[in-house]
Amino acid sequence: MLGKLTWAAIPFDQPIPLFAAALVGVVIIGVLAWITFKGWLPYLWQEWITSVDHKRIGIMYILLAMVMLLRGFSDAIMMRSQQALAFHSDGYLPPEHYDQIFSAHGTLMIFFVAMPFVIGLMNFVMPLQLGVRDVAFPTLNSVSLWLTATGALLVNISLVVGEFARTGWLPFPPLSEITYSPGVGVDYYLWSLQISGVGTVLTGVNFVTTVLKIHAPGMTYMRMPIFCWTTLAANLMIVAAFPILTATLAMLLLDRYLGFHFFTNDGGGNVMMFMNLIWAWGHPEVYILILPAFGVFSEVVSTLSGKPLFGYRSMVMATMAICILSFTVWLHHFFTMGAGADVNAIFGITSAIIAVPTGVKVFNWLFTMYGGRIVYSTPILWSIGFMVTFVIGGVTGVLLAVPPADFVLHESLFQVAHFHNVIIGGVLFGAFAGYTFWFPKAFGFRLHEGLGKAAFWCWIIGFYVAFMPLYVVGLMGMTRRMQHYDVAAWRPWLLIAAGGAAIILAGIILQVAQLAVSIRRREELRDLTGDPWNGRSLEWATPSPPPAFNFAVLPRVEGRDAYWAIKQRARQQGKLSEAPGYTDIEMPRNSPTGFICAFFATFMGFALVWHIWWLVALAAFGAYATFVVFAWRDRVEYIIPADVVARIDRANRSARSEALAHMEATP
Amino acid sequence: MLGATALLCGCNAIVLDPQGPIGIAEKTILIDSLAIMLAIVVPTIAATLAFAWWFRASNTRATYLPEFAYSGRLELIVWAIPLLTILLLGGVIWIGSHDLDPAKPLASKTPPLEIQVVSLDWKWLFIYPNQSVARVNQLVVPAGVPIHFSLTSASVMNAFFIPQLGSMIYAMNGMTTQLNLQADAPGTFLGLSSHFSGDGFSNMHFDVQAVSAERFAAWIGVTRNSGPTLDAGSYTALAKQSLNISPFTFGAVEPELFQKIVTQQLPPGPGPQASLPDLSESSLFAMAHCVAPTKFTTVNNATQRTEQ
Repeated sequence: MLGKLTWAAIPFDQPIPLFAAALVGVVIIGVLAWITFKGWLPYLWQEWITSVDHKRIGIMYILLAMVMLLRGFSDAIMMRSQQALAFHSDGYLPPEHYDQIFSAHGTLMIFFVAMPFVIGLMNFVMPLQLGVRDVAFPTLNSVSLWLTATGALLVNISLVVGEFARTGWLPFPPLSEITYSPGVGVDYYLWSLQISGVGTVLTGVNFVTTVLKIHAPGMTYMRMPIFCWTTLAANLMIVAAFPILTATLAMLLLDRYLGFHFFTNDGGGNVMMFMNLIWAWGHPEVYILILPAFGVFSEVVSTLSGKPLFGYRSMVMATMAICILSFTVWLHHFFTMGAGADVNAIFGITSAIIAVPTGVKVFNWLFTMYGGRIVYSTPILWSIGFMVTFVIGGVTGVLLAVPPADFVLHESLFQVAHFHNVIIGGVLFGAFAGYTFWFPKAFGFRLHEGLGKAAFWCWIIGFYVAFMPLYVVGLMGMTRRMQHYDVAAWRPWLLIAAGGAAIILAGIILQVAQLAVSIRRREELRDLTGDPWNGRSLEWATPSPPPAFNFAVLPRVEGRDAYWAIKQRARQQGKLSEAPGYTDIEMPRNSPTGFICAFFATFMGFALVWHIWWLVALAAFGAYATFVVFAWRDRVEYIIPADVVARIDRANRSARSEALAHMEATP
Repeated sequence: MLGATALLCGCNAIVLDPQGPIGIAEKTILIDSLAIMLAIVVPTIAATLAFAWWFRASNTRATYLPEFAYSGRLELIVWAIPLLTILLLGGVIWIGSHDLDPAKPLASKTPPLEIQVVSLDWKWLFIYPNQSVARVNQLVVPAGVPIHFSLTSASVMNAFFIPQLGSMIYAMNGMTTQLNLQADAPGTFLGLSSHFSGDGFSNMHFDVQAVSAERFAAWIGVTRNSGPTLDAGSYTALAKQSLNISPFTFGAVEPELFQKIVTQQLPPGPGPQASLPDLSESSLFAMAHCVAPTKFTTVNNATQRTEQ
């Protein structure tokens, strides 16, 4: 009846996961009870869960990323403290538990923190910057969100029901094959990524279509803000790379479930094929994460320097060059496999070549600041912190791309330090910069500056204290994923690294406090103008928060930095442009398709992990039926009447006129 | 910054303290590449901080250039600098990859010593095919003699790595990889697996004892024909999952055993068994331990790393 699932799946003998799960359970039940008690459930359902508004979906993506960041970070704290303790001892985490923790840490941080964070930002910002009302396929967007949430949920269920993979964040066979990993951990990994992967591919299709096809009048490609370009590049890569991931994981699933031999030791299987395939996805993946972050930094540096982006065409070229080059470097993840010198040399050189467009970007940000008037608010701090930190990560990255150097640094903590250097210093700092930068647009009030700056300093100092020692122990020969060790010289550095993790923890606590304090003091932090940073692109032309339809009338774009041009014109003429004629606006109706579909997908994933076949069939039918019902829907859109549009837009215009008058009063 | 931290930890940074020609050459490439890049990156970091500070909004002396967004000359420099750096580095990569290809034999008058390496769950087996001896979890090599390793795995992937001698390489079941290394002088070095291989991964480290050629010959003489034989039977027992096996020796090795492992005539390791894996030394190893105590230590003066 329940397949492999028995009471033995619950780790009653392990206090840490049980306690963590109990805590999370209490929090979830508490929040649900509170929401029900307050009578917010209908509001949540109608306005958020079933919403197909790109802005709300973006916000929910980022919320998911932040919650998962807390989970992934608690794994990090456990790893750092384990390694700090486990000198000549077993520490407090036995290998079978420690191995799950580092596997879950990597999986969560890449797939359920970094990915939803950048997808959330792209979701929220890109249609606003293009001057349009939504993405190409709004309901599909909601499906993507909820399937991603399903994946995250399955990973977290594995904490208490069964186990998670003990194979690392990429499950290399033959270790991940049924012979060497007979438990359900790898199955949890595979199914949660397969399900969330569907969501990610749909996002890619959706966003590529949006950027290529849906623009405000006059928004030609070479007038798009650079964030839209990086969104386009990242999603082109998603469309090209994620199917490789899905296919690779599907092959591993066939091996594990149906006795195939794609990657097994016997029967003609080949682990090298898995290595090649997984990294053919894996390397583009890191650029899928970093390119949107580059886009955020471009927007932030330009806006807060009060200047257009330096070298826009170069930036576009560099972005698209990275988009293509990222598919030519995957082999640098396994120079030590023993491929010939020619193969290693060629992939080493292609990897180093990626540093060229990346370097160009850094120089362009530099010259964007040159001659600027840099306003030191939190987003620019994240950006400058990024520029300094990221180039260090770039250096160590190119070092790892030199095969003979990689031969002594591969799989070491030097490598761990490198990719945290670029993913924390690049992707995460970019995500935080974007979060602070666009928060007032999303909610109508700013985030508290003092706490934001304090969080930034904790993060950057904590980062250096936590990861510079890992470079050192890497040079001392320490490999990654060690549950215990006997080399005395490594220990002091691992103790320092644990201290660094504690400083980062302080940064995270400050970020939580920042959000709480900002919500409490939202009236004094209120953004009345809709343009809190003296912005340049079209999202700042909308009120904060923007209405469901974004733009009462689609703006007419006549150059780059479209909103900056509108503001300049208004200043020259001393008044806003003529009020437009308002018409009814059709918007897509909310739909529970995504949520219901993900509801069934969750059961399906869980049932597949535990071999509960009747439930698999039932859930698959449910998900399919949901789509059929959606496809047969009668009413697709609803109308926002012209007078409502007019009322909202007039309020926005009067705020702008006041801001204009204020600007003229203070030269 | 990296250079500084590396200096801080001095000679403990064993990757930067190589004891063989491969390691030395790799360290040189590492330092050279780092120097080439730091020449660009240090000024970039300095310029970032300088620009960010000077062009702060409160600095009234800084010129404001609100329209400055393009300069052909700067664009040229912006593309040229990284391009030239990578051109230079590309040369280093091409030459270095060929010179230091792990499969390339070392230039030496002495013929190389053949050693076959098998990674097992979770220990290392070192077979000396021409001497017909084998040792578990400790590698004994003659100093000053090039060594040609052929590597495979009994089960899951591992990577064979002796940081002070240089290049690591994967060990994979059903495949053979090649590696050429040499220790220049006698000494004891850390060896480990650097590719995660399951729950016993952290225990997959071993001592490398580099001894003089005479001592090596003496060790072979003492070891040969004393102790158990490594054949299909004892290999199959060894291939079962186990941890913390103290080093011991096989005094005879069935010919072509390594080839049988690579070609899977001897089947891959069984992985976890229904009964919990015996995490202590199994009876086989206890026996082997009694019959062939670590004789090597009696002929070697090098300091032994104390076991926990």
